[in-house]
Amino acid sequence: KMASGQQWVLVEMVQAFYEAPAYHLILEGILILWIIRLLFSKTYKLQERSDLTEKEKEELIEEWQPEPLVPPVSKDHPSLNYDPNTKLNLSIVCGLPTSHKIVVNGKECINFASFNFLGLLDNERVKKRALSSLKKYGVGTCGPRGFYGTFDVHLELEDRLAKFMRTEEAIIYSYGFATIASAIPAYSKRGDIVFVDEAACFAIQKGLQASRSFIKYFKHNDMEDLERLLKDQEVEDQKNPRKARVIRRFIVVEGLYINTGDICPLPELVKLKYRYKVRIFLEESLSFGVLGDHGRGVTEHFGVNIDDIDLISANMENALASIGGFCCGRSFVIDHQRLSGQGYCFSASLPPMLAAAAIEALNIMEEDPEIFTILREKCSCVHRALQGIPGLKVVGESFTPALHLQLETSTGSRDSDMKTLRTIVEYCMNRRVALTQARYLDKEEKFLPPPTIRVVVTVEQTDEEINMAASLIREAALAILK
Amino acid sequence: MTESSTAKWANGDACHSTTSCITPEGSGFLRHNHDCYFPDDEKVQHGTCNGGLYSRPFKESFEETPMLVAVFTYLGYGILTIFGYLRDFLRDWKIEKCHIAREREEQKDFVPLYQDFENFYTRNLYMRIRDNWNRPICSVPGAKVDIVERVSHNYNWTFDYTGKVVKEVINMGSYNYLGFAENTGPCAEAAAEVTMKYGVGVSSTRQEMGNCSRHEELEKLVARFLGVESAMAFGMGFATNSMNIPALAGKGCLILSDELNHASLVLGARLSGSTIRVFKHNNMQSLEKLLKEAIAHGQPRSRRPWKKILILVEGIYSMEGSIVRLPEVIALKKKYKAYLYLDEAHSIGALGPRGRGVVDYFGLDPNDVDVMMGTFTKSFGAAGGYIGGRKELMDYLRTHSHSAVYATSMSLPVVEQIITSMKCIVGEDGTTVGRDRVQQLAANTTYFRKHLQDMGFIIYGNHDSPVVPLMLYMPAKIGAFGREMLQRNIAVVVVGFPATPIIESRARFCVSAAHTKAMLDTALGAISEVGDLLQLKYSRHRIVPSLDRAFDETTYEETEE
Repeated sequence: KMASGQQWVLVEMVQAFYEAPAYHLILEGILILWIIRLLFSKTYKLQERSDLTEKEKEELIEEWQPEPLVPPVSKDHPSLNYDPNTKLNLSIVCGLPTSHKIVVNGKECINFASFNFLGLLDNERVKKRALSSLKKYGVGTCGPRGFYGTFDVHLELEDRLAKFMRTEEAIIYSYGFATIASAIPAYSKRGDIVFVDEAACFAIQKGLQASRSFIKYFKHNDMEDLERLLKDQEVEDQKNPRKARVIRRFIVVEGLYINTGDICPLPELVKLKYRYKVRIFLEESLSFGVLGDHGRGVTEHFGVNIDDIDLISANMENALASIGGFCCGRSFVIDHQRLSGQGYCFSASLPPMLAAAAIEALNIMEEDPEIFTILREKCSCVHRALQGIPGLKVVGESFTPALHLQLETSTGSRDSDMKTLRTIVEYCMNRRVALTQARYLDKEEKFLPPPTIRVVVTVEQTDEEINMAASLIREAALAILK
Repeated sequence: MTESSTAKWANGDACHSTTSCITPEGSGFLRHNHDCYFPDDEKVQHGTCNGGLYSRPFKESFEETPMLVAVFTYLGYGILTIFGYLRDFLRDWKIEKCHIAREREEQKDFVPLYQDFENFYTRNLYMRIRDNWNRPICSVPGAKVDIVERVSHNYNWTFDYTGKVVKEVINMGSYNYLGFAENTGPCAEAAAEVTMKYGVGVSSTRQEMGNCSRHEELEKLVARFLGVESAMAFGMGFATNSMNIPALAGKGCLILSDELNHASLVLGARLSGSTIRVFKHNNMQSLEKLLKEAIAHGQPRSRRPWKKILILVEGIYSMEGSIVRLPEVIALKKKYKAYLYLDEAHSIGALGPRGRGVVDYFGLDPNDVDVMMGTFTKSFGAAGGYIGGRKELMDYLRTHSHSAVYATSMSLPVVEQIITSMKCIVGEDGTTVGRDRVQQLAANTTYFRKHLQDMGFIIYGNHDSPVVPLMLYMPAKIGAFGREMLQRNIAVVVVGFPATPIIESRARFCVSAAHTKAMLDTALGAISEVGDLLQLKYSRHRIVPSLDRAFDETTYEETEE
């Protein structure tokens, strides 16, 4: 019965086709052709059609004058090489390691500028460990991690870092800057949303740019502002719940901000994380090996469960005084970078001697957690000593090892502020205290920090040296700022 | 990998064989051959009649993928995909044990961190042959290497170390072109001395307190080595590209990039905010057409003229083994007033009679290349990268490079390794060791390539390139080749998608000056054996060894059919 019924429908269709008026058939025919045309024609033209003749093109090519590859740089640019005949510009270090005592432009100074917080740079044990590694492996790795660039030392270091931080897994990069800059785009893709603190460092900014996600900046350490943005997003999500289900969200913050010297309010961030279901990426280059009783960083400082942070990244160039960086967290998160972290996959791996040096530095940190208490005491000592200098204000927490000295009142232009600060730095440098100005790329920074002098604290600085440096800066400020 | 590999794909241009040779007379330009812009006719030929551009024969071949092999390769991926779905299904129903790391319970209701399909390939294809990558080593990555033995009891999800070491494996994988990966000898000694004197870290940037005199010395040496006015060194090769290209180009600029450029160049171009257009790999007609159209039409929409045009090319392409057609690129760049950025990551040290890279190889003037970039990782057995060029350029980079302002400066022992090895190559150490190594590498390359070709493998790339890709095509053969070779005590690199187009999986050998003839012979013997075992000798035209004679394109074509 079914078969006959279907047959009948078919017959009816054919009949209708015959009975239909000619104009109708023609119209439908045209419509069908039109649909085919629409299906096969390109919706847009890939190559713009050129109505220019060959001759016109050649004329245009002849006429075109490109800009120079780079604009000229003025000779007295503060970052150009030191020239004894002109003013003191870029400092040259030689003769001694860039450790406690340092030779800058031929003068031996006490170092208040290198991020060698724990004084491990010139540590005998670290150097010996690096040396024995060098004797075994040579210097370079001659390959990325995937292609015979993985050394047993790398695996050991990753293991040790994971244990030190009490996370499941760690991954190392061969360049500190590339660590967070590669980690962010490994997870956050086009269409995802990242909430970032305005004071975030340049490496984070580059990572965000590479990710091509939507970036929403919140005011520095302003949790209300962040919550406002999160709420806005919640409203947005309700409008389009289907889309909301695939948009990943991240908060990217620094433990201690290198640009401002203050700490992120981690407990509040964790609360917001669970309330709004956003993942937290924490950059700890300044706080790792500094904060917390065992130097585990800002999570230990606040007593936050480290598993509540989705990813922690830090470089090994500051407290660990080696080269490179690492990310740590749960394997679910970290392992992904082994195939997706660009700076991990496509770059030669870290020279094993540098990894070995980092391992020895970790040994020292684990054996003697006292070192972190000493560092904190020095930090607050420096912080105290620098208070009340006329014309200069201290920016940063009392426990941060990298403080900023900022002009209380700007002279009006950034250039002249920079020059004033430079004079102070030179004044101190001539009297054997090595300081440096915080350097930025003015045009590249999203929110350019004000010009400052950086003061870096290390455990090697004695109280006398700290007091001497502080009174020297005071003297310089009095002389120069009037 | 990049957008470019898809582009290559779409054009079905998996193969083009190219031969150029020289007639000494004539100073003409390139031949403009517009009707063969899209070279699906599988061959491109330039610089042949109106040469003068090349000082030596340019022999480069990419034999076409045999049709049957291509069909079987696709079939292989098809089967793998079907099994992948099947096993995903079994994992979903908990019939197969699942080893994948899982999201925390507390975060189960978050937006998933990964989309499921993103990991399909990793889970079902890569995981099967994962043991071929990331093999840990525990010695100098020299001509022979010790590999840490590892086993997996759960089909590569996790590895256990047996505690044993596979000793003295012939290393055909590391980029140790000149054999400077050493733990003894002058380089290692110099680095050791510096380690004890200065430590390994610097803990500051070049612009703050990390500008050591040794860094400056290195830069002067690099400039001398390259024959440029000034140079600058950076701590990481990848970052040298990704952090400096943004300083050179920006909005309103056009970047023309080879489709097979390294990820770091692609990232740098993206971060710069310039418009990026991709030309076909080493294809000068494609490049010229892009240049011409770009200048004639200006920027899209606004129609303003481009501020500047920057061409990004590499010296040796690390996956193809091809050498950039530099004389033609330079001619084009001059004709169209574009700037040229040359990445010599693999070619510096490894090419040219004096080991000074692709410019030296072609006998060109380094001043014709605007930005000379390269790495210290490979030929110098160290780490990091450099940029060299005119003084104005370098002054600008010193002040505007992201790397100089924000990244910690190079480790001093690493700097010492570079200085010592570079001085050795230049001959400033008073020996001929460096020169001998450069020559040894060239000889080894010719020897190794010739024998592989004679055996009937499909070998890609330029005859003078120490990067030697051997085509495997089928996914199952990637794993099999890597494992069989390791069993014969030879460490090789195998690569598949996404580092190559999906059907062009390959093994890649890097010839080193440290390889002795005996080592190469052992390796060749093993490769031939495994090649027979896995039926890898795909090549259908046994090339006649008289290679010095100029090829006639038509006869070449005939032998292929």
